[in-house]
This record gives sequence, C-alpha cells and structure tokens, in this order.
Amino acid sequence: MIALIDYGAGNLRSVHKALVHVGANVQLVTRPAELSAAAAVVLPGVGAFDDCLNALQRQELFSACREFIRTGRPFLGICVGYQALFERSEEFNSKAPGLGVFQGRVVRFSGTGGLKVPQIGWNQLEILQPDCPLFRGISDGSFVYFVHSYYPLPSDPAIVAARTDYGEAFASAAWHGNVFATQFHPEKSQAVGLRLLRNFVDHVGSGPTD
Amino acid sequence: MLAKRVIPCLDVHDRQVTRGVKFGLAEKGQLRNVGDPVALALEYNRQGADEMVFYDITASAHGRGTMVEVIEQVASQCFMPLTVGGGIRTVEDMNTMLHAGADKVSINSSALATPELIHAGAEKFGSQCIVVSIDAKRVAPDRWEVFSHGGRKPTGLEAVAWAERAVSLGAGEIVLNSIDADGTKAGYDLEITRHISERVGVPVVASGGAGKLEHLAEVLERGKADAVLAASIFHFGEFTVGDVKQFLAQRGIPVRLL
Repeated sequence: MIALIDYGAGNLRSVHKALVHVGANVQLVTRPAELSAAAAVVLPGVGAFDDCLNALQRQELFSACREFIRTGRPFLGICVGYQALFERSEEFNSKAPGLGVFQGRVVRFSGTGGLKVPQIGWNQLEILQPDCPLFRGISDGSFVYFVHSYYPLPSDPAIVAARTDYGEAFASAAWHGNVFATQFHPEKSQAVGLRLLRNFVDHVGSGPTD
Repeated sequence: MLAKRVIPCLDVHDRQVTRGVKFGLAEKGQLRNVGDPVALALEYNRQGADEMVFYDITASAHGRGTMVEVIEQVASQCFMPLTVGGGIRTVEDMNTMLHAGADKVSINSSALATPELIHAGAEKFGSQCIVVSIDAKRVAPDRWEVFSHGGRKPTGLEAVAWAERAVSLGAGEIVLNSIDADGTKAGYDLEITRHISERVGVPVVASGGAGKLEHLAEVLERGKADAVLAASIFHFGEFTVGDVKQFLAQRGIPVRLL
C-alpha cells in the first residue's frame, strides 16, 4: 500500500486519481500510525510552504515522515511536498522549519528579464541522472507541468536528478537513496507524468518488502 | 524553455458544449451544439492540449450541478490542468469546483462585484488557483473598458487598471477576452493583450477572435500573450491542437509537441 498524506493539500485528489490510474494501491493517510503498514509515502502539495509544514506538525506527521524516510522505504514529494524536504523557505514571513531531509533552502524566482512569476505551464527536463528509477522511459527534454514561485536550492549538487531553465537553472527533481521529489506536477503532466508515477509505483513494488 | 500554451475552451450549457457566434446570444437561443463535454475533452487531451477551460454558460443551480459531474469525469481521465468558470460567486463555490477536480477557478462578474473575492480565494487556495477573466471592449482609440455579465454591462473600469488591481489582490493569471474580436474570426485584439501583458507580472491568456493559425501566432508574438485560448477553430474541426502547435513551432514559438 502507498500512503498518500492527506493534510488538506490542493492537489491531493489529482495525485490520488493519477496514482489509481497507474494501478497503485493507494490509501489516504491523516495519522502517523497509518504509516507503519505503508510500503511507500507520497507527500503532495501546492501553495505555501508554511501551510504544508504547519499542517504536518498539527497532524503529528512531521516526525512520522522523517522517521519513515529513515527506515529507507520509498518516499515521493511533489511540488510543496518536495520543498518541504529542505531545511527552510525564504517565502514571505516563513517561520516553519522544513523536514530537513535535504540540506538547503527554498528561494523565489528573481523574475529578471521580464519572466512572469509564478512560472505556470509546461517546461523541459534536463535529466542529469538518467539512471534514476523515476525517469525510466522518459526522454531528456520532456515537457512537464509547473506551477510555482519558489524552488529549492540543494546544498549538495549530487541530489539534483533533473534541471529546468526558467531565467535560472533550478533543481526540478531530486533523488537520494529512496527519497524522490519533483517540483513539477506529474499528476498534471499527461503521459510523461503518468509514466513517472508508474515508475515510482513499479519501484515500490520491486523493492525489498519491509 | 517554458512553452506557450494552447488551450481549448468549452462553453457548457445543459451538459452540451455550445458555441454562440457573438457575445450575449446564449439566452436568445443562438447557440450551436458541438458535442458532449467529456468526449470533447478526451479528444483534446489526445491531441495534446496544454490545459482546458470549461465555462458554465447557464450558471444556474442546476447548471452548476451538471458542471461538477463533467469536471469529475474529465479529471479522472485527463491528467492535465483544468480551469472552471461561470457562476462562481463565493469561496465555497470555488471549493466545490476544486474538489470536483478543477485546478483553477476563473471569476469575472463576481470579481467585479466583489473584488475581495479574489483575495479571499487566493488566501484560501493560493494565487495559482485564481484566474481573473476580463471582458474588454474598445471604447476610444486608446481606451478599453471592462464589461460584466457576459459582455452586457459596462463597468466604467479601464481594462489595464482592472487587470493590475486583480493581480494586486492575488490573481495568479489573467484571461483577456476581447468583446470586439470574439466570434469574428478576424484575429485577437493584439493591442490590449500587449498592454496588459506588459503591465502585469502574471501570465496572460489571450481569448477571442481566433480564425486562422496566423492569429494565434501573432497574439503570442506581438500581443505578448503567454497562452492562447480558442473554441470554434477546434470544435468545428478546422484545426486540431496538433495543427496549431506544428504551425507555432515552425514560426519558432516554443510549444510542447507530443
């Protein structure tokens, strides 16, 4: 079973529908105890960094997510669920600490050169780690759907799995061990996004059962 | 590179996609039915549409109920961004549509009547969810006025100023529809599109007037739009989304090709 963390994220239902579509056995999870039986966790998100982290704290899922990742089981963060893995955000008035699984902070697009912020639309992946299980069958240069004003700046360049250019080249996907994360929305990226989610589900199924 | 988006627009009335030839004719029965919204959405999904917009042009209580069903069905089969507009007057209405599977809600007359609705929606769901749609008509050589209620009621507001205000209140995207160009198939209003796009920091979607492939290219190039919305050229089979994108790509405009 893949646990989909339900903390009120706006894209929860879209992610749920897409995971079901690719054949996953998904369960919405609101409490830490429900994570123990999960083979993998998906953390969705859209909107503000603090809203996400504060909700996780309220539902006692903050420590539970960190603990789950420590067990080595697969974890996928999407959009704000990706940003949440870092230490902190420079979003206006942000106070909430991030999960701190990855070192680094979340910063805003500068908007230089007349680029619109938020970035809304389809942009391309420059795949830096083609052996990342998420990218099986996905070609370099594929378009995926983004909606965001902020993005993470990882301290460790080795975790950057894909890069995307929007005025500045940013880390559009990260991968370390069994932790995967995307700034884009696979659940809204048509065939490419569904393939990526199917790759994650296949990876969960192929891994050692705990 | 961020691609320019091509967005089919589906006007839904009584669970049918319809198309009037000119603003404000829906209630006079001058509509052409062009098909089932879910079937059309699946077809545009297959053709590689970048997003889809659904407008509830009845916007009665019954109409909204059928729209919720349409969005639920589309969202479980089309994994792309979906926007819903028409008759959304409260944060609760927004919530209903987002819950059904929409990613964004588009507000027009209700934002004009209650600008605070933009802010309330952005605060609750994030700016990326809130699209403000503007119907503008040229009233002087260099002045475009905003009209409400499907282009019927003048508001006295100047279009660029209203777009800037909407963005300052939290709108994450502007859809600009030219009342003069809509239904003419003579091309988008490039001037007002460019004025607004140059003044606001959020994406601008051009709407109204598409008849030829050239029109879509010129509003992206000279009108500086970030996306193009069109209805008739797709509904009546003149062009597929793929045809449009091939044409734009040949012009050197960045698009997502399948």
